[in-house]
Amino acid sequence: MREALEDLAAVGALDGVRVVELASEHGAFAGKLLADLGAEVIVVEPPGGHGSRLFEPFLDDEPGPERSLWWWLYNSGKLSVTLDLSDPVDAENFTRLVASSDVVLEGETPGHLAALGLDYEDVVSRQPEVVWVSLTPFGRSGTRAHEPATDLTILAGAGPAWSCGYDDHLLPPVRPGGNQGYHTACLWVVMSTMVALYARQTLGLGQLVDVSMHAASNVTTEAATYEWLVAGETVQRQSFRHAAVRPTPQRLMRSADGGTVIGASPRYAEEFRTLIDWVVELGIDDRIDEFFFLAMGVERGGVVLTEIGTDPEATAIYQAGADALRAVAEHLTAKEWFLEAQRRGIAAGVMLAPEDVIENEHFVARGFPVAVHHEDLGRTFTYPGPAFRAPSSPWRVRGRAPHVGEHTEMIMGALIEEVG
Amino acid sequence: MTVSGIAGVTPAPRPARPRALAGIRVCDFSGQLAGAGATRFLAAMGAEVIRIEDPIAEGYWDVLRGVPPYVDERRGRELGGAFNNHNVEKLGVTLNLRTDAGKQLLRELVAVSDVVTENFAPGVLERLGFPYEELRGINEEIVYVSNSGFGHSGPYREFKTWGPLAQACCGLAFSTGLGDQAPAGIGYSYMDHHGGNFMVIAIMAGLMHRDRTGEGQWIDLSCTDAGALLNGPALLDYTVNGRPLRRPGSPDSNRSRSPLMAPHGIYPSAGEDNWVAIACRDDKDWAALATLADGSWAADACWVVLGGRIDGEDELDRRMAEWTRGRDRFELAATLRSVGVPAAAVQRPGERIELDPGTLEWGLWPTVTHTEMGRVRVDGVPVHFSVTDWVIERGAPCLGEHNDRVFGGLLGHSEAELRRFKEDGVL
Repeated sequence: MREALEDLAAVGALDGVRVVELASEHGAFAGKLLADLGAEVIVVEPPGGHGSRLFEPFLDDEPGPERSLWWWLYNSGKLSVTLDLSDPVDAENFTRLVASSDVVLEGETPGHLAALGLDYEDVVSRQPEVVWVSLTPFGRSGTRAHEPATDLTILAGAGPAWSCGYDDHLLPPVRPGGNQGYHTACLWVVMSTMVALYARQTLGLGQLVDVSMHAASNVTTEAATYEWLVAGETVQRQSFRHAAVRPTPQRLMRSADGGTVIGASPRYAEEFRTLIDWVVELGIDDRIDEFFFLAMGVERGGVVLTEIGTDPEATAIYQAGADALRAVAEHLTAKEWFLEAQRRGIAAGVMLAPEDVIENEHFVARGFPVAVHHEDLGRTFTYPGPAFRAPSSPWRVRGRAPHVGEHTEMIMGALIEEVG
Repeated sequence: MTVSGIAGVTPAPRPARPRALAGIRVCDFSGQLAGAGATRFLAAMGAEVIRIEDPIAEGYWDVLRGVPPYVDERRGRELGGAFNNHNVEKLGVTLNLRTDAGKQLLRELVAVSDVVTENFAPGVLERLGFPYEELRGINEEIVYVSNSGFGHSGPYREFKTWGPLAQACCGLAFSTGLGDQAPAGIGYSYMDHHGGNFMVIAIMAGLMHRDRTGEGQWIDLSCTDAGALLNGPALLDYTVNGRPLRRPGSPDSNRSRSPLMAPHGIYPSAGEDNWVAIACRDDKDWAALATLADGSWAADACWVVLGGRIDGEDELDRRMAEWTRGRDRFELAATLRSVGVPAAAVQRPGERIELDPGTLEWGLWPTVTHTEMGRVRVDGVPVHFSVTDWVIERGAPCLGEHNDRVFGGLLGHSEAELRRFKEDGVL
């Protein structure tokens, strides 16, 4: 199929949309995504810069507010304005900045902005078209609204951790790595912001968009939730496979070169046939105890998932398929396994670390790694790029993260001029 | 209490809530969770989502059709709880695209739609005769969004995936585990959820661009690209500092390296398989925790500043576990939070769904009515909109449940034509 080629002159889908973002640890990724989609995102920081500028790791491991890779990643493509919201002059400037914007994105503790007279309710009467997005651990109101939380405690309380970990339940449940509690909530922020902007076109009205991190992770746990909702069953965590009500067979396999690989056990007749051919070609059929069950898989026309564990013959066939996959994997390098299995139409994978992914041939060919120039350092670094290719309204990383207050003069100067 | 709860009193009709995506029609081939999860949200926000299924395969292309969990002892194509959860508020039609009449009906539907969505393997819709060029020929403004494991370009474009495989190939599974163990991976199809969420973003981007320019486009979403984007700062630590995540003792995702925090972990508590998560963000949090921890260990000067806690993190975690082991996880977490320290019991599904005001007050588990299953609770939406809030009331469609409404009511075919379509195996 033809590749979707990007129009170099095209602008992003959110071109012309101004977002004012109050800097926060949990909302930064949302602002970055909105910037990638074409919005002008102005991150408002306290004088001296937001605390997340001091999050590890740092460029060359030397701490400094312009050297945090956390800040770089989550604030690329934004502009920075410093304002002290507790100062009346700056508060007035903030109001002016909000008045010039389409979207406000804030992650403040509920009540904090209201105490300053700078909350949604203070703004909406004079700016009914504003889309005001709050991202908080538990929503803007309710019993839990003021509880402290981090990515870890959200993922523990909201379900993900219960489903992640090892067969050995003396080992603790595991937090999904890489800030997924924040990421999950931020995706809901972006989706909802776009829907509210879309609705504004017909309604002529903005609205308050209240996003709960806890709720977001609660509805991002797949079967753990609906096994309970529908059948009152509780899933249990298992090493490297889906948490399940009843134990399922191990999926991870070792390749000949010590890599970790996975493969989907065959279910359809043609998949059993493919696997038989492969095993015979490799001359390893003697390593599979119940080789004849594979042929039965072909004759039987495959197996149905609901038969596994209930129908003894189907279960044996399914198990033989898994054993054959394992024997093949142990005979090949991880990469041979992955490419050759896929060439034969078997869904197979290899476990890649983030550093493998950013250099992998496929991701490189799709343009996922992108170069971001840091003219202040005279260096260019590789960043993660687009999740999708939209040729006419491209996803683009717009540039490096801003320095503390780098755009205060430019942006606030223009606003004051307008008013003046 | 409202009067509507009193028997015999007919409640006044609720004022119609404005719907954010009113007037948007989605011609939806997507399924499983990665695709169905996307159009589910659009439907909850008021879009008319018409889910198209193959009558010959009885919709079983979607592997979630008919599989557990079930509400009762009944089994069958329409009774799968997962399928219902992911397809609420959609209309369901059947269309046999092997037939000319089926192809013609699809053309008619595309002509009156805003969006076409699919998460087939690359090339499937093309082989059915509907590549983007064909769709654009029918409707120049159509927003066509494809969602696949590896996208439609690059050397792996034809590769097959499912949730755990995509997670293995994008870095997320590797990143999840304890330092002295093999990766644990994520114990569910996390990237199916987020494949769907990125798909919503792609659809909205396509619609906003179309409204501004009158131009449609084909958007190519790759679940593994999307997953790779979720790796967090570890990726830059490699590209900037040359430090890989694969190194001795790493990754340990219960610890926090970006930013550095300690103690930061999931610790044992009283009872079987009970755990509590505790995060000290800074020295102030630690000082608050130390006042609660009995015995002299927590008062030791070596733990006062972060550097000391990181240097002695193995010992610190051992001490923490000793302290938490005999305590009730809910009480301990509440006590820690009362002094400002983030803490949470690791909740079981039944606890976070039935007992947690954070989900109950939100209305996070709405009940839908499914034509065959009856009343079933499903996932809600973690966002409340002050003007155009979501609506989730109708269960997933049965196979072809809305054929008459869509092909008759919407496209204007007569009852006789519909009968013939059914007889000819078109629907």
